[in-house]
Amino acid sequence: MTKFEIRGLRADVLIGENERQEILKGVDLTINSGETHAIMGPNGSGKSTLAYAIAGHPRYEITEGEVLIDGENILDMSVDERARAGVFLAMQYPVEVPGVSMSNFLRSSVTAVRGEAPKLRQFSKELQGAMKDLSIDSAFAARGVNEGFSGGEKKRHEILQLELLKPKVAILDETDSGLDVDALKVVSEGVNRAKADGEMGVMLITHYTRILNYVKPDFVHVFAQGRIAESGGPELADVLEADGYERFVKVGA
Amino acid sequence: MTGPSIEPKAHSHGLGDIPFSKLATHGSFDVNDFPVPNGREEEWRFTPVRRLKGLHDGTAVAGGADKLDIDAPEGVTVETVGRGDARLGTAGFPADRVIAQAYTSFEEATIVTVAKGKALEQPVVINREAQGGTRFDQYVIDVEPLAEAIVVLNQTGTGIRAGSVDIHVAEGARLTLISVQDWDRDAVDVSQHNAQVAKDATFKSIVVTLGGDLVRLSPKVAYKGRGANAELHGLYFTGDGQHHEHRSLIDHNMSNTRSRVEYKGALSGKGAHGVWIGDVIIGEGTTGTDSYEHNRNLQLTDETRVDSVPNLEIFTGEVEGAGHAAASGRLDDIHLFYLRSRGIPEDEARRLVIRGYFLELINRIPVGELREGIMDKVERKLAEHE
Repeated sequence: MTKFEIRGLRADVLIGENERQEILKGVDLTINSGETHAIMGPNGSGKSTLAYAIAGHPRYEITEGEVLIDGENILDMSVDERARAGVFLAMQYPVEVPGVSMSNFLRSSVTAVRGEAPKLRQFSKELQGAMKDLSIDSAFAARGVNEGFSGGEKKRHEILQLELLKPKVAILDETDSGLDVDALKVVSEGVNRAKADGEMGVMLITHYTRILNYVKPDFVHVFAQGRIAESGGPELADVLEADGYERFVKVGA
Repeated sequence: MTGPSIEPKAHSHGLGDIPFSKLATHGSFDVNDFPVPNGREEEWRFTPVRRLKGLHDGTAVAGGADKLDIDAPEGVTVETVGRGDARLGTAGFPADRVIAQAYTSFEEATIVTVAKGKALEQPVVINREAQGGTRFDQYVIDVEPLAEAIVVLNQTGTGIRAGSVDIHVAEGARLTLISVQDWDRDAVDVSQHNAQVAKDATFKSIVVTLGGDLVRLSPKVAYKGRGANAELHGLYFTGDGQHHEHRSLIDHNMSNTRSRVEYKGALSGKGAHGVWIGDVIIGEGTTGTDSYEHNRNLQLTDETRVDSVPNLEIFTGEVEGAGHAAASGRLDDIHLFYLRSRGIPEDEARRLVIRGYFLELINRIPVGELREGIMDKVERKLAEHE
């Protein structure tokens, strides 16, 4: 049982040497393991900033608040310590790292997060199985990390990492964007497998309700102007689907 | 042998005296045709001439020896010849005084010939271990029509070395030349590779420069027929106080020729200096040239210096593609962020990214065993700087 809490979180995006802009303006959210929270909102509302700021992206700086995992503030931790503490971010735009093979990267990552190197044969079997589940051709293991992958291939590999690393909290930043329905199903099944044992909390950031047909949320939050503007159950998604975000964009605009 | 031509080569254009190529397709076999450089000349301005140990002013006198060990599979002839051999000096002029000095002063040359139509299954490996002193050399690699070969020139040891490698890739032939400069830390090496690539032939050059105090290597390519292709790849890891300079010249003197130049370096430590000069000429009246050159430098610490100069001269409007790019900088913090966001500690993430940077190039080496051998050398060098 894990409790993941975001308290009064404020963060700036660093634009230039002396230029910054506040994007997150006091975010409060609690996610318990086994729960899936959909964060929905208009473009530019700060959803992705929330994801990146929690993960420790160098272009964002947290100015106030805390992010606790079972009471421990991960903002005091380095980027890699946060990951080892159980926070995983599936990125909207996964990074290409030329020359570093996917298999080498995954083995290093799994070794770091699990605290010991998996046995080579066992790991290779585990990796092949996980790739097969996501309909990823085994040839990808030899390719550079995300190098030359299509948008859909990158998203599948993000979920592959999610399944291998088994985090306590998974933040999925628009994992559904740019996917066709078949790919969306494959990716959603991966998320559902990862959360099946009820040990993982999910923060599902999305602009569209489509993915919610496959990954069922327990809570839906509307994100607008850098904070959570409204919270509800799954039915809130249906309201958003029907009415759009207009009402939230207007407020304070 | 052609006469001296140290004046810039004029391209008659019908528009008066200019334009002509400022790039060095000219040169001479006679050292006396070149003045002693003082370091301010265009072709010497990045080179610390004081560290050439007399190669540039005639005070370095030959007397050193190399231990040469050549492993040649069937279908390959290896000969040691004297100055009079007609096959010497047939691939291009020495472009500077040091290379001309080597041509003027060498006593014996090594000629490697790959027989017509022979596709070698094993690489030709030339292990050259310099055993001190000054030595001038000439190598010729002659790949006859439709032959296919990989030649590895593995250079170690110490001394002061200058010379040329003349390369003929005949019609329809394919050559990959891997030249490794793994000299001892105090060695000086100035050399020029002259490749003549015939119709439908492919020449790949992979240059790996790790050692020495000063290495200055100038790979030059000229084409003898349409459909000829040249790819020059380079990798250098330049440590404290080392000077590594690579000066490529691609002369697209024929139509429908292709070139790719990709040099990648990493620099670490005080006074590490990397120089890349990438000259490309697309000749007058040619059509269908496809050319791209690219240099990247990873500056791992402060107090390293990079000079990266692409020069592209185009004398025709009928080009299929011509471009260049150069970038120098630190490790990409977004690459590091991505790896670290998966739990990989910072120092390990750095190691992975640096290795990946080089592996991208090393992976182009065709034989697994050679790839591993080169990666081992790079690993050793990296370990010194971590």
